[in-house]
Amino acid sequence: MKAIEAINVTKVYPNGVVANRNVNFSAAVGEIHAVVGENGAGKTTLMKILFGMEKPTSGEIRIFEKPAQLNSPHDAIALGVGMVHQHFMLVPSFTVAENIMLGIEPKKNLFSLDFKRMEQIISEYAKKVNFELPIWEKVMDLPVGVKQRVEIMKALIRGAKVLILDEPSSVLTPQEVNELFVVLKNLSQQGITIIFITHKLNEVKQIADRITIMREGRVVGTYRNEELTESQIVELMIGRKFEYDISRVKAVPGEPLLVVKNLNYFREDGAHILKNLSFVLRSGEILAIAGLEGNGQKELVEILTGLRENASGEMLVGGKNVLGAKPWQLRQLGISHIPDDRIEVGSALDMSVAENMISDRYDQQPFSGRVVYRKRSVIEFARRLIKEFSIRVKSPTTLVRMLSGGNMQKVVVARELTNEPKVVIANQPTHGIDVASSEFIRKKLLQMRDEGRGVLLVSTDLQEVLQIADRILVLYKGEIVAHLQNENLTETDLGFYMLGTKRQNPEELKELLTL
Amino acid sequence: MSNFFQNFIDPAFWYSVLRVSTPLLFAVMAALVSSISGSINIGIEGMMLMAAFWGNVVGAFVKNPWIGLVAGVASAMAMSLLLAFSHLKLRVNLVIAGVALNLFGSGFTVFMLFALTGEKGTSASLGSQPIPRLDIPLLRDIPFLGKVLNNHNALTYLALISIFLVDYLIRKTPLGMRMRAVGENPDAATSVGVSVLRVKYLSLLLSGVFAGFAGAFLSMGYVSWFARDMTSGRGFIALAAQALGGNSAILGALGALLFGIAEATGFTLQSLRIPSEITNMIPFILTLVVLIIYARTRVRSHSRIQKI
Amino acid sequence: MKRSLALLELVRMALTILIALLIGYVFLLFSTKDVAEAFKWFLYGPLSSQRRFVEFLNNSVPLIMTGLALSLVFQARVFNIGAEGCLFFGGFGAMLAALEFPQLSVLHLIVTLLTAALFGAIWAFVPAILKAKWKASELVSSLMMNYIAYLLVLFLVNNYFRDKAAGALVSYRFPQTAWLATLTRYRLNSGFFIAVSVAILIGFLLYFTKYGYEIRVVGANKKFGFYTGINVVVTTFWVQLLAGALAGLAGGIELTAMYRRFVWQSLPGYGFDGIIVAILARNNPFLVIPSALFIAYLRVGANIMSRMMGLAPEVVIVIQSVMILLVTAEALLERFKKRIVEREAMKGE
Repeated sequence: MKAIEAINVTKVYPNGVVANRNVNFSAAVGEIHAVVGENGAGKTTLMKILFGMEKPTSGEIRIFEKPAQLNSPHDAIALGVGMVHQHFMLVPSFTVAENIMLGIEPKKNLFSLDFKRMEQIISEYAKKVNFELPIWEKVMDLPVGVKQRVEIMKALIRGAKVLILDEPSSVLTPQEVNELFVVLKNLSQQGITIIFITHKLNEVKQIADRITIMREGRVVGTYRNEELTESQIVELMIGRKFEYDISRVKAVPGEPLLVVKNLNYFREDGAHILKNLSFVLRSGEILAIAGLEGNGQKELVEILTGLRENASGEMLVGGKNVLGAKPWQLRQLGISHIPDDRIEVGSALDMSVAENMISDRYDQQPFSGRVVYRKRSVIEFARRLIKEFSIRVKSPTTLVRMLSGGNMQKVVVARELTNEPKVVIANQPTHGIDVASSEFIRKKLLQMRDEGRGVLLVSTDLQEVLQIADRILVLYKGEIVAHLQNENLTETDLGFYMLGTKRQNPEELKELLTL
Repeated sequence: MSNFFQNFIDPAFWYSVLRVSTPLLFAVMAALVSSISGSINIGIEGMMLMAAFWGNVVGAFVKNPWIGLVAGVASAMAMSLLLAFSHLKLRVNLVIAGVALNLFGSGFTVFMLFALTGEKGTSASLGSQPIPRLDIPLLRDIPFLGKVLNNHNALTYLALISIFLVDYLIRKTPLGMRMRAVGENPDAATSVGVSVLRVKYLSLLLSGVFAGFAGAFLSMGYVSWFARDMTSGRGFIALAAQALGGNSAILGALGALLFGIAEATGFTLQSLRIPSEITNMIPFILTLVVLIIYARTRVRSHSRIQKI
Repeated sequence: MKRSLALLELVRMALTILIALLIGYVFLLFSTKDVAEAFKWFLYGPLSSQRRFVEFLNNSVPLIMTGLALSLVFQARVFNIGAEGCLFFGGFGAMLAALEFPQLSVLHLIVTLLTAALFGAIWAFVPAILKAKWKASELVSSLMMNYIAYLLVLFLVNNYFRDKAAGALVSYRFPQTAWLATLTRYRLNSGFFIAVSVAILIGFLLYFTKYGYEIRVVGANKKFGFYTGINVVVTTFWVQLLAGALAGLAGGIELTAMYRRFVWQSLPGYGFDGIIVAILARNNPFLVIPSALFIAYLRVGANIMSRMMGLAPEVVIVIQSVMILLVTAEALLERFKKRIVEREAMKGE
């Protein structure tokens, strides 16, 4: 029997992006069904449609073989569908119990919340599915793995028979992933259907019964796990035999461009986020900072680009300490920045591609004279960049909002790499975009290096790091725990350092500065 | 000068603090119940005006203050529905919608006042039906406090009670919990099937109820006529007072009392021959000060880009 | 696609005006027996005589100026709606300069108008600096400044500049050197030409200078602006001051041309009318001119109706507020917009 089914579903978003084209998908009762595909392939959209968060432009949804009208998640929940989102849907200041019971609050007398009943209901249910939860702790104080369990519990307690998980493992450490998989297996044995989206093919092979592969908004096919090898899955995802065509000659590092000495940063709440960081970025090299998300990379990048203040230590550019300088001062020194958030920070969605491309040099020749702003030369310049970075866009005056993720990122990259930077700080430069655009951007970063600029690549994507970095620093809990030359390294090698199970001798690391 | 300081130990002064605080208390509750679910209600001013107008006019026509009160509150609720509909259904920016609502309230009441009375200033010619004062036997006999607390307009007592009602609503009831959830993370509410739209509608409607009481008090208690733009900024002052108190009804009420004290002090100064234009400025200047204090006490983020 | 979307925008505008007028009509139904006659005066009034036509043009002058002030702050996504207070305080500044520096002769008028602009900017300085230094909400603080301007100016004018010989509560009469000329026998405010030139100037500033680019980036996405190297705090600060100066100048022009005294005993409301002018113009300074003319037409129409029929002209404020709601309603006609986008997106499938 089919638990949930999408028939001929098409979804067009208001900005004109077609996320799903005539998609057919079904999951059987009690199976673990993986949905894989590149970024932008339409997986998340399909899941949102199954959960009633988005309405399909056309097509039909069936739940337990009955046609379903899903106007909101409320309808989906009533029909036994639950979803755990990639970004948790929790109220930070609420306790675990309040988060779980929100919307189905038990009452005493006519008006009041019954906190005792809350506790009772949850602990009863938790026992049944073998869960442990700190019921009266505030969610904001919990580690990620526990938050995820709260999310799963939220769905189960509402009677979910179909559980959709959007990239559940992306925020977890390997140990937590294993724990999660135990839970999922256990649930599927109790007859609950699990659908999960992922990028990580080893996980798919490890746990899925069946696999659906999506590409460019379409379903390529659904297969039994045994039918495919990992490399076959990749081929189907990308639509061709794909191998990154990136070759890297050995770097020729030159003079130091950016020297960081004893950088310390305490967050507003007193947490010690960056601990005594020291490193040197030289011209003609790509220095990568690898690590799991949330180990201080975000703060490091913000401090180095002037977006965050109150750090101590030194940041030397051209021999001068510029720690604490404002973004415009750092840009003048030739430091450019590809941010990890292209929508909130990296662009103005409601301005044209052309106007987005000159935001860091609008006041210079030839775009402005002393006062007057020259539209024509802006457009001309944009035309050139669109060609050079092969951005798919109708015209330079198209709004950035209308672009796909990959093309939007290329607009940001085009701007940041073309103002003759000395140092490029790239934070997750290919996060969440299609493979072709990723490859293009990585090549451009290599080209920057070969031109004698320095690139500081901050990335959680190990494949990317191993592909283009010359040296790698591993950041763990705000500390540099390893300094590695990128020669014959594997993801597993890095993994040990990223998880904190292994670290280099502090004495050796101290010599980093003199490298 | 000694006159001025003696004032603060005079029960009459504190009596008048409670009196002038009444509309602010209601208005702060109006601001709170909407802000708690994430919508800042700029339109309180317009809702109050509407309620002041209809409360007084209907009360005068039917010769019953209570029916007038009901009409006033209903008119403010209608305004809040208009605001909610514009913002939630038509997706008008909430601030702009609030400003439009205030303009509407101001224009509409003057237009109708003229149509009904042929005057543009006040509705005094219609006669008045004020909400009665309550003389409470036991309270009356307590020294000092009796003089402060007794013999107020019925709505003043309602205002004091509503502080605790709102406090209870927010902290102890399912609706309050949902309102807080919607305000803090609407996606979380949606993900468990709580309709953000419905909660926001309810919050704004409730906000309209309190704004209605605030307005009705002005024309049926504070004075006994309607005057054009008689709310004179109280709806905005309430926003500042509420911000001061954060998500707490009790602290918000203390904020309202602070403004009440400022206003009452203004009256005292007037009796000392300081021009009314100057003393009337006190609440507005205090609001500016409160805004600064509020902004300064918020946690200072290190993220420059978040602070922009 | 662009053309169909533009057409849709026009339809929306027309629909908005139609609905708003309809609502105004309903209001009139309740207040007069002869609605048809009242409505005729309302819609046709400003064209019914040369004198009234000039009245209509004159009425647009302060509206253009405050509309520009609000367009500027809205472009930068700053909710400073203190134009009313700036206008009032600017008018006071004009009065001060007009009464205190009569010896300037030729330069007197220019100094008077500049003082008006300066006073407007000074008044805008308070919310602007509170925002820049402490991130205090400019919305609430600018509203407070409106009330404070009103009380303070009234106190000063009535106590220190009151012309006791005049029948009403007004200031002394300005000396002739501080008069802004009025043209033709119907007294066309020559400030009209100033306002139109300023609109073109501000339009140029916004779309054809690097400062305008800054303002537009800040309005489109403040975080992006900061990240990319624009000093967002400084930009928003100056935008508010410039807007304040424009509103102040509006007050100066109005007094030196139309009244030649300080005559306001209540806030004249031009600052709030500027909101609808800016919104109708989609914050585009060039479009502020037709937008202000349109609102002026409605206002004068309402005034004429009120004179002819004995109705309150405030009905026009009701109409304006309804228009604000409808014009900014993103969801209005969204279905059609969605269909156009969808059709375009599925092309070539």
